[in-house]
Amino acid sequence: MSLGRVKLKRPWLIAVFVIEISAFATPDFQNDIRPVLARHCFKCHGPDEKTREANLRLDVPPKEGLLIKLIDRINHKNPDEIMPPTSAKKPLLESQKQLLVEWIQAGAKYTKHWAFIPPKAYSLPKIRQPSWPSNDLDYFILARLEANGQTPAPEANRYKLIRRLSLDLIGIPPTLEEIREFVEDSKPNAYERLVDRLLDRPEYGEHWALPWLDLARYADTNGYEKDRPRSIWPWRNWVINAINEDLPFNQFTIEQIAGDMLPEATQSQRIATGFHRNTMVNEEGGIDPLEFRFYAMVDRVNTTATTWLGLTLGCAQCHTHKFDPVPHRSYYEMMAFLNNSTEPELSLFTPEQKKQKKITENQIINQLSHLPIDQASYEAWLKSKKRTSVSWHTIIPTKMKANIGWLELLEDQSIFARGDTSKHDTYEFEFKDLPENITGLRLEALPDERLPKGGPGRAYYEGPKGDFFLSEIAIHSDGNSLEITSGTENYAKQWIGSGKSSAMAAVDGDLQTGWSASGREGKHSQAVWQLAKPLTTSAIKLQLDFSRHYSASLGRFRLSVTTQNPPFKAKELPGDIEELLTKRDEMRNQADRNKLRLYYIKNAKENSKAREKIYKLYKKLPSPPTTLVMQERPVSHLRVTHRHDRGEFLSPREIVDPKVLPFLPPLDKDMPRNRLGFAYWLVDPKNPLTSRVVVNRLWSALFGEGIVKTTDDFGYTGAYPTNLELLDWLAIEFIRQGWSQKKILRLILTSSTYRQESQMGFRLSAEQIRDSTLKVSNLLHQKIGGQSVFPPQNKSIGEGIYGGSSWKTSSGADQYRRSLYTYRKRSMPYAMHGTFDAPSHETCVARRETSNTPLQALTLLNDRFFIEASRTLGTWATQQPDENIIVINALFQRCLTRLPNAIEQQAMESFYKKTYARFSSGELDASVFAGSSKGDVKTQATWTALARVLLNTHEFITRN
Amino acid sequence: MNSSLATDGKSITRRHFFQECGYGVGKIALAGLLTNTLCRAQSRTHFAPKAKRVIHLFQAGAPSQLELFDNKPDLKKLEGKPLPPSVIGDQRYAFIQQNAAVLGPRFTFKHHGQCGAELSDKLPHLAKVVDEIAIIRSMHTNQFNHAPGQIFFNTGFAQPGRPCLGSWLSYGLGVEADNLPAFVVLSTGGGISGGSALWSAGFMPGKHAGVRFRNSGDPILNVSPPAGSDTKLQRDSLDLIRILNGQRLAVENNPDIITRIESYEMAFKLQASAPELMDLRSESQETLNLYGADPIKPSFARACLLARRMIERGVRCVNIYHSGWDAHSDVAGNITNNTRATDQASAALVLDLKQRGLLDDTLVVWGGEFGRTPMVESNPTLNRSQGRDHHPQAFSLWLAGGGIKGGTTLGSTDELGFHIAERPVHIHDLQATILHLLGLDHERLTFRHGGRDYRLTDVHGQLVNEIVA
Repeated sequence: MSLGRVKLKRPWLIAVFVIEISAFATPDFQNDIRPVLARHCFKCHGPDEKTREANLRLDVPPKEGLLIKLIDRINHKNPDEIMPPTSAKKPLLESQKQLLVEWIQAGAKYTKHWAFIPPKAYSLPKIRQPSWPSNDLDYFILARLEANGQTPAPEANRYKLIRRLSLDLIGIPPTLEEIREFVEDSKPNAYERLVDRLLDRPEYGEHWALPWLDLARYADTNGYEKDRPRSIWPWRNWVINAINEDLPFNQFTIEQIAGDMLPEATQSQRIATGFHRNTMVNEEGGIDPLEFRFYAMVDRVNTTATTWLGLTLGCAQCHTHKFDPVPHRSYYEMMAFLNNSTEPELSLFTPEQKKQKKITENQIINQLSHLPIDQASYEAWLKSKKRTSVSWHTIIPTKMKANIGWLELLEDQSIFARGDTSKHDTYEFEFKDLPENITGLRLEALPDERLPKGGPGRAYYEGPKGDFFLSEIAIHSDGNSLEITSGTENYAKQWIGSGKSSAMAAVDGDLQTGWSASGREGKHSQAVWQLAKPLTTSAIKLQLDFSRHYSASLGRFRLSVTTQNPPFKAKELPGDIEELLTKRDEMRNQADRNKLRLYYIKNAKENSKAREKIYKLYKKLPSPPTTLVMQERPVSHLRVTHRHDRGEFLSPREIVDPKVLPFLPPLDKDMPRNRLGFAYWLVDPKNPLTSRVVVNRLWSALFGEGIVKTTDDFGYTGAYPTNLELLDWLAIEFIRQGWSQKKILRLILTSSTYRQESQMGFRLSAEQIRDSTLKVSNLLHQKIGGQSVFPPQNKSIGEGIYGGSSWKTSSGADQYRRSLYTYRKRSMPYAMHGTFDAPSHETCVARRETSNTPLQALTLLNDRFFIEASRTLGTWATQQPDENIIVINALFQRCLTRLPNAIEQQAMESFYKKTYARFSSGELDASVFAGSSKGDVKTQATWTALARVLLNTHEFITRN
Repeated sequence: MNSSLATDGKSITRRHFFQECGYGVGKIALAGLLTNTLCRAQSRTHFAPKAKRVIHLFQAGAPSQLELFDNKPDLKKLEGKPLPPSVIGDQRYAFIQQNAAVLGPRFTFKHHGQCGAELSDKLPHLAKVVDEIAIIRSMHTNQFNHAPGQIFFNTGFAQPGRPCLGSWLSYGLGVEADNLPAFVVLSTGGGISGGSALWSAGFMPGKHAGVRFRNSGDPILNVSPPAGSDTKLQRDSLDLIRILNGQRLAVENNPDIITRIESYEMAFKLQASAPELMDLRSESQETLNLYGADPIKPSFARACLLARRMIERGVRCVNIYHSGWDAHSDVAGNITNNTRATDQASAALVLDLKQRGLLDDTLVVWGGEFGRTPMVESNPTLNRSQGRDHHPQAFSLWLAGGGIKGGTTLGSTDELGFHIAERPVHIHDLQATILHLLGLDHERLTFRHGGRDYRLTDVHGQLVNEIVA
């Protein structure tokens, strides 16, 4: 067999791809010319007017006669005259020059880029062998083959088919039973029924979730230096379920981009919005959080473009795209659709849990209220507290303003901060018509379940969640700053550093010191300041500054004043309780009395034991997992999107409105100009890209190469489809079949094209290699969904990694879950995955690169996991009652699905004998190698050694 | 398909490999093939290289240039006073406030060597080889936080996901050794902010990623055969794997299988070469003393000595990460500790390479991700005093060997050490220069990914000619 140009690469693929070679004639603009112009000329003669030279554009038809000059320039002998200029370092090849010349001489015809016009409904091509096609798809393939004078390859044998199908649909090889069942199935449509069985398997969703996780850059940590854990695995569960349920791709898209904005969004639709919460968060002390929010937005735009549109928009972040017709401004117009959300953490209560929570909380309050108390002590407590209670008057601002977010007044007259936060937030207030002779001010920091960890602060990265740090409080009246003589707080503690946090530190003029209540997240704290002199005016201005090396402003708080004579101090007593205490008893209603009594019961010395018992009920409260979601900001507070000059965060320019890319169909008139409308636009059947991009990715996953080879680039410099008719037919069929991935897969898998005997395989993904090993060795713990797990790996993995030692190895069955559940720490990818080219999930990956390295060999040969799998296989082989040659065949088939040929069989037998002799003679320690001292360890060790070899074959780690 | 080693047409594809090496696939002579590893000899440089390999001593955390290379006596006079806002402009800082006071240099400086370069007293060893090195005092970067700064320095982009310098070299120059990886990474000290993104191959195939040599357990993960086996069992197993793979090759004609067979042979060699490399018993006491290295205990000094052994054995790029320079407090103590850990060995490496005739074609780079502020970081809340914050506007580093003009000091900063006064050198310029010294044109060394030709230097980078010999 020779390696001639055409013959050998999977003939069935050649069928799809080869035809261009023979298509001579005039160079085609899209196929031959534009890619050359784009790579070599557009930088100076393309869409970007800022870098355009000589006022010449070549991306659109130039004035007549100009192109003739081009022939001279590209062939110019003078290095100062030649185009592209020598300095560009992008010289044209002779063959490219020839193509350009031929094209110009033939009239230089420009045509619209194939990918930007809607797919055409081609009728089935005529063929000569009507018996070959299994379905319509095959017509497109066969027509090409016939035109090229070729015939299809024969159908692969059943061993090969079941291995190929299993690896393609559920990611793992078939079991011996499954092989037997299929090979011996003599009823009609055995193959089709196998496809259906596999499509129905729950592992189908697990396997097909993987490429989607790559696109979504899913990980379990935040990325960058600290790379702390995050909880977003419920989104992964959502993906697996959606794929298993065959959620139509348009719905799959809408829910992930804007599920929260759907009318009466379900919890599941909100979870789906985690897709774009997979962006990284930098928690390094001292960063500018808004800068990294901007980077996350850039990532969202780029990822959306790659995933749905097959476009590389990244270039347009900084300037008008050099090749594709994407103006710089359009990049930010697209960003504007996505740029109006807040990013909360959602607690995933089930309806039962919600009910349970309410019941338990009521139970607790009910039981507490019914605790018997000593009435005399209670009265005494009331009396003494009343004596020391201060009459505070809650003040309501007439104006309030935050530096970047906004402030809202709540019903209980407390203030709630929303929107973005920074390392130095400032809240400004104006108050009018205040009581006379104010002597003091109180600030209550209040919990709120909408805040991180229940508040009261807004810290969400670097520092403890819910933390706050009040650097300064300043009060002005009539333009004068009011002097404060003393300050107290009921609690003060700051996260890291030994400096003393206190209310007084918030009036010392130093932004680096202040009041913080770290460790009291979810609870109330307060600070009280006493004025040097009673206030003589009725209006004040108040400013709160929160400056820290991370965002640490207050999320919910209440301000009140008193006119009582000093001294007064901050109290543990919450403001609303103190207020009740200051009331005369006859002024209190029943609810007030209950509230006071309950507060007493909760805090009195007596009853503490009985209380503890009731508090045990808290343990019954459900603690649901959380996940990261999107939530749209109100229209009244739309986040403004700017164009950023040169793509720089620090160079915002004019404000832009949400608009879709100019060369694609417009947003439907009835659609809202927001994230939801954008989501619908992505999967609008009029959009020429999305359906093509998706079916092309499916094709690429099944055939090792897409119909468009550049699965992530359908732009001008991307590859031209090797069979445009087929691609368009599939794209239209996908929509016609209701965007059903299962249906389109079934169509491809049941074609004669797919079933052909193939010549060249492609390597399995890292996850598939590990999963296949788990499967064949019977170690696999098959359980769908759930939190990520930590399979064992060497401790030294953590060396040099910031916080790298945080690999909490799972125990028991969790060590043997499918690899999709392996914890993804971005700064320290699971070693085996990295070795086998899995990405680190920091950016969107449409197609993994594959390499073939000695480290992969070392991993398969020596890694503890693969040794353990070999031993398990060894134990299994030892237990077989049959003679060796039968066991050898079975072991071989378990790993590789087919049966060995004579040479392979002989080689394995001889290896077995040789190795057994060495273990028997004691030359090698069988029990050490087998990892066991029970039973026939020599046999076990020998089988282990043979199993290890099989797991190291090229065939085991490839799909054919 | 994954059949091409690179996508730019410059480097060989596997099909090309067959054509070039003249193997008919059906009748391949395996044994012969295995001795002729992947036709690797061919040169892939753009022009004649001055250096064949590079050792990067990455000082993570950002050493204070004001205590090491950039003497600013005027700061002493201004100590305790804030800098004028006109100097600071709108620079954002990680921790300090804009009105932070000036902190004078903590150490004295002297002139050294024939070149008379000025170094602080904390670098007595470097002072002895100062005529071999080129100091750049006018480096600047875009980033003022560690993780993005380190990632930017290594990959030319501030967020993870792009290939690092070592990966570009591995991609551009290929493998030289047949029993060791092209690109090796060592680390000493604490965690490194940038994490594995610093030695990641980004969007390139994983084979271009840096291979970690570890301080505990196997130097290379899984390099030790499993317990209970011996070399013969390993060899027998490999032979059977080869027979089975050979059977597939006969059916499939897939060149990937040949590469797979090759990679198993290299793995087998690695199992011997890695322990040999790590075994410092063959080093003389004099050499160990020169570096100040304990032959067993992991240290920066030992890593430097290992780096020399690696490049002797054909490793193309060695990164040593030493972290701990992040002097937010007590910059004097920080410098004292870190120079104690690094000065002797860094200078020893230059000297040792020179003595062995390796310095001429080995490039050594020493420096961190950015500099430190002329202003003091002092924050009782965070327990900090007498420290310095991150400073991206100006910092210093040095290079030596492979094509570097020794005894050069390039660029300068203003009298406050705040801004660059002369000859700014951006990170991208440095990257372009390193590639240039290794025979690669940073504008032509591209990798196509997602419809775009990527470069280490993005669309920037100018050769720093003044330091090139």
